[in-house]
Formats: sequence, structure tokens, C-alpha cells
Amino acid sequence: MKKILISNGHIIDPENNLDQVGNVYIADGKILAANQLLSDFTADLTIDASDNIVCPGFIDLSARLRDPGQSYKGTILSETTAAASAGVTSVCLPPDTSPVIDTQAVTELIADKAEKANYPQIYPIGALTHNLAGSELSSMFALKQAGCIAVSNATAPFFNLLVLRRAMEYASSHDLLVMYHPDIPALSNNGCVHEGAFATQYGLPAIPEASETIAVAQCIELAELTGCRLHFSQISCKRSAIKIQQAKKYGLKVTADVAIHQLHLTEDDIEPFNSFFHTLPPFRTKKDKQSLRESLANGTIDIICSDHQPHDLDAKLGAFPETEPGISSLETLLPLALRLVDDNAITLPQGIAALTQNPARTLGIQSGALTADYSADVCIFDPTLSWTVNQDTWKSAGGNTPFWGQTLKGRVTHTIQAGKVIYSL
Amino acid sequence: MKNLQLNTEGKLKHFLSIEGLSKEVLTEILDTAESFSSMSEQKVKKVPLLRGKTIVILFFENSTRTRTTFELAATRLSADVLTMNIATSATSKGESLLDTIRNLEAMHVDMFVVRHAISGSGHFIAQNAAPHISVINAGDGQHAHPTQAMLDMFTIRQYKHSFDNLKVAIIGDILHSRVARSQIQALNTLGTQEVRVIAPKTLLPSHVETLGVTAFNCIEEGLKDVDVIIMLRLQKERMTSALLPNEREYFKCFGLTEERLKLAKSNAIVMHPGPINRGVEIESSIADGPQSVILQQVSNGIAVRMAIMSLTLQSNGETL
Repeated sequence: MKKILISNGHIIDPENNLDQVGNVYIADGKILAANQLLSDFTADLTIDASDNIVCPGFIDLSARLRDPGQSYKGTILSETTAAASAGVTSVCLPPDTSPVIDTQAVTELIADKAEKANYPQIYPIGALTHNLAGSELSSMFALKQAGCIAVSNATAPFFNLLVLRRAMEYASSHDLLVMYHPDIPALSNNGCVHEGAFATQYGLPAIPEASETIAVAQCIELAELTGCRLHFSQISCKRSAIKIQQAKKYGLKVTADVAIHQLHLTEDDIEPFNSFFHTLPPFRTKKDKQSLRESLANGTIDIICSDHQPHDLDAKLGAFPETEPGISSLETLLPLALRLVDDNAITLPQGIAALTQNPARTLGIQSGALTADYSADVCIFDPTLSWTVNQDTWKSAGGNTPFWGQTLKGRVTHTIQAGKVIYSL
Repeated sequence: MKNLQLNTEGKLKHFLSIEGLSKEVLTEILDTAESFSSMSEQKVKKVPLLRGKTIVILFFENSTRTRTTFELAATRLSADVLTMNIATSATSKGESLLDTIRNLEAMHVDMFVVRHAISGSGHFIAQNAAPHISVINAGDGQHAHPTQAMLDMFTIRQYKHSFDNLKVAIIGDILHSRVARSQIQALNTLGTQEVRVIAPKTLLPSHVETLGVTAFNCIEEGLKDVDVIIMLRLQKERMTSALLPNEREYFKCFGLTEERLKLAKSNAIVMHPGPINRGVEIESSIADGPQSVILQQVSNGIAVRMAIMSLTLQSNGETL
């Protein structure tokens, strides 16, 4: 395997408290050293990273690859190519594939496809209940053995809290992380936008904050009851963040992530009836956005994820409420995270920690850091390079992003996964 | 939104919703309707303005009043009219909205008048239809019903002449009402002094005040000194979805009675987009009484729809 020297880059590695210019050495697919001078190292490949940032490869806690089952929206190959170009070296795949990730066979099928794609590491998330139906427990132990890194019911609801309690207890007995998407379906009531001024003006079915905050409160109580390791996926409201902050203070093993677009867009930004703005949870208010940014800065929210959901054209072609929700967002992840730094919402090391160190800790994996002997997963990016979101730059099979046509700042120049350059600009 | 409805010269190309339209555009519609309104009393109720044009009236939801006034308006403008009730047509065979539109386009039509149960359908069709086609929204979900709002504005102007000093109260199911949304926007654009909405909280959208209205949960307070009372129809399904207990209780709290009518100005007019639920939202004696202008609204509907059809087709391509 190639020996790689990444020279003179600005290394930011929150796990190892690195924030300085230096070299990173890679050999045998592993990190040999970061920020030291190895005089006897002969590189097969030297990457000059002057003026660029060198950091651990990003770990995305939620990216739909649409494979297996919806290859007309995207494939493991197309979406991991997009991920690689975005500096992402590990993606967690939610279980709502078709078939659902609730058997060993499906988990192995994904591992097999991932190996052939030969791109970022894919961590399947197993179903928490059989077929995500919310009534019977999945074979969590078998799923864990087959390689599932956590369990979740994706966006499928629980109608019976007792089942959720049992599922959390059972997951906890196998030391599995439960990822929970907070939503009370009776309250969100098939809505498509936030219950606020926008919904009122355009007469669109609306989702109140309470549909999320009640679910958060409920699940925190169950985490206390069951002792389960709990992660909240894609929160969108200020009051959810407050509840999570209290739970953390109380000492519960709770973490949370936010989708990158929730930190930038609000209901005021929605272009009327433009289905590219249709996403769940919906874009909330300015106050919520501000609070989510503060929560990221103070550590209440640990992780930024892409919540990548590529779609085919037909899925977004229709009257707004009838279109499918979701944004293709892997490739805008880094520039939008850098925009938070430009807005002085967070520091650059905080942003990188939210994409590397923190997701690795939540998942309990030896990754997300440039520690010696860790898999050499590295992202090199130019924080000032501008690029335009268009068909020439875009890799994902889904072009469904409200940022289409915009010029964004910050672009990945190299992505290295397990010591292999899987993307270079 | 604005760009979609107006052509490059700022003239009305589609008529999808009131938002984004200026007072001047709305006034032009009302003035044009004025010139058509005397026509219905003439012997020959027809002008050749849209001769040779084909208008397709596409209703994905049932309606009698709106559909027939659109048909009459188009006929009186000498257009060829095709009415399609899609609820019983192609889409039930799995044809998509877009395919239905494409097929009709291939038949070289000039205008779609569309009613659909989903908010935003009118915009979707306007965005995807061929450039020579005008789209008129005849009601989309809970979003907008702009031709109804304009005929109501026409009726108000007929009786009250100007909007400046008016207090207008809209009573009923604001939450689910596309009519109310369009009325509120039109009233505010035309400079109405005060727009009030009166309903229990279950029938008011959250943040209703952002629409530029004052909200009342008590009809007695809300009716005080108003010049115009607009009643909305109460749909029966509101009772089954736990928004209201029953019709009798609704009438007790929010029904327009002779007694309550006295709280408004003595020359207040009473409006209703129809069809009326007698004894549920309004007492029969008021619906048929001297202050009611409900049937006048229906007659005005034809003139206003003629105005909107001719203005949108006029702005679209060759002079007529």
C-alpha cells in the first residue's frame, strides 16, 4: 500500500487538540503520525496541502443512499461518489431501505455492495422494529453481528410507547445505540411545513413544534427508565434543544444531531411552492435556527449531519404537499458548515468536531481523528475556494437542493479513506 | 410568485393568488368587471373578445356555482369551452396531473381554469404549462380562491364605493378556507381600514395575525361597528375531526342572528360565498333579508370572471 505524505497543511484534529500547520504521514492504510516530523519517511505520494485545511474524514450520521430498493433515486455507487467528493469517509445508512435493514441478509447485501463501490465506509443502521412497523422487535443481536452500528426506526412512527420502551431496553441489553427521530404523527398530521406564518399564508398543512418536542420529552423519560444510549436525529426546534440540554445536565447518555440545512434556512426562506424546500422536519423559525446554532456552539447538539435524501425528478414534480420531502445535501455539507464559521456561530475546530470527533464518539468507533494507528481517513479542503452548485460540479444522482445554482465557498481537494485517495479535485 | 403571475410588461398572465399583485392590478380587474356587469341585462349577452380561444375548465373537485359562472363567463366572451370533471376522469386511471395537462396542451388550448384539492396546484400547473397558456386558479386546497375574492371585492365596492374607511369581519372556518385567505389579502391590498376574523381557536390558523387581521374568539366583540360581514360555510367534516362539538353549539357561539347583526353598522352588508347552511352559520331571515347581498355576489361572479379571463388572455400574445 502507498505511503502518503500530506505536507504543510493546517491540521485541525479536535480529538488530538491539533490546530497548527504540519505534516500527516500515512502508511499501510493507517495514520502513522500527525504533526510530527518523520525524517526517514519516503512517500510514494506527496500532497501539498499548503493553505488548505487537513482534518479527519467526515462521519455522516444520516445519508440515504437509496440502495437497495430505490436505485432510480440513487445508488451506493453514485451517492458514495458524492460523499467522497464532499470529504465524507464514513456514512451511516438509515434502515428505511427496501427491503428494510432488519435482517442479516440485507445488512450483508449492503456490505457487499459497499465493498464493490470501494468508496467511503458504510455503517448500516439496523431497524429497531421488524419492518419498521413499530410493533415487533427486530433481531438486534443478529443485526449487530452482521455489522449494524446502531438501531433506529428511521422516520417510521411508534404508535405504542410500550413497544418503544421494550425496544430501547432490548437495544440497551446488547449495548446498541438507539437513534430516534422525534415526531408524534398524530400532531404532525401529514403536514409539510412548519406551523407558522408561512403555512398560514399559503394554506399548507402544518406541523407544530410540539409534534417534535413532545416526542423528545417522552423519549428522554424512556432513556432514563431504560438506561438506553439515546441519540436524537435531526432536531429542528429550540424547545427540543432545551430539553436535551436538561437531560445532559441530569447525566443521561443522550446526544443529538441537526441537519446542516436547518442551521441555515427558515420558513421565511421557502420560495412559495418550490418543492426543493420540502423537507422533514420542516424549516422552522429564525428563533429556532438561532437556538440550534447556539446549541451547537455550547455542545447541546453534538453533531452536524447531512440528512442526505436524493430524489428522482418525479418525486419533486407536483404541488408542494404531494411531493416527497428531503434534500440532496452531502455535497453542500462542508461549505454550509464553513458558512457557520463565517457567521461567527461556531469556530472552525467546533465545526470539524461536529463532523468528526463527536459522531465517532456517539457511534463508539475508532475514527474521526488523526490518531496514530487509526484508519487513515482524511479530508483536505480549501476553505476559500468558491464553486457553483450545478450539473458540472454535482455528483449525487439527486439534484434536489434549494442551493442549486448558488455559489458556495469551501471545497474538498482530496479525500483519503483507509489510506487510499478516493477523491481528488 | 410575482413573476409567475405577471408577464414581462407587468400585465396579468396567470391569475393564481392575490399575493404579489398590486392595488393597481386589482383595481384594473374591478374596473374591467364594471364594464362587463351591465352586459347581463342586455338582450345579446355576448361579446366577441375571446372568439377562437379555447378554455378548458378543469375541476378536480366538485363545485356547481364556481364552475357554472366560469362557463357562462367564457361563453359570454365567445370562447369555446370544455369542462372536465377529473374526479371521474383520467387521473382516477392513474394519469398524473402533469400528463393530463400535457395532453390538453397538445389539443392547442389557450387557458386552463383549475380547481384542485391540493394547495399549490395552480402554481404547479402554471410553472409547467406551455408558455402561451394562461392558468386561472378556481381554488387550490386551503391556499387561494382569488376569483371568489375579487367578486367579493367587486360587491363590496358596489355597495361601499371605497375600501379606505371600512371595517370588514370574516366569520367562520378561517383555517381551512382558501376564500378567506384570498379575501384577506385582497382587502389589505385595496387598503381596507380593518380586517377582522372571528372564529374559535380550532378554526383559526396559528399566527393568523401575520396575515394582517385582528382575531376575535367572540362574535359579539368582533361584529361591533363593522361595515361588511362575510360568513364562511362550515363543512360538516369539521365536527368529525374534533374541531367543533356540534352544529348547534357552533350556531350558539358564532351563528349570525338578527340580534347580533344589530351590533354591526346599520347599513352593514352580509355576504356569503355559498352554499349556505341555513341555521348553522346564518339565520334564514338574514340570508334572505335586506342587508344580504349573497345573490348579488353570484351575479357579479360572472362579470369578474369575464374580466379576469379577458385580461389574462389579452396580456398573453396577440391583441384581441
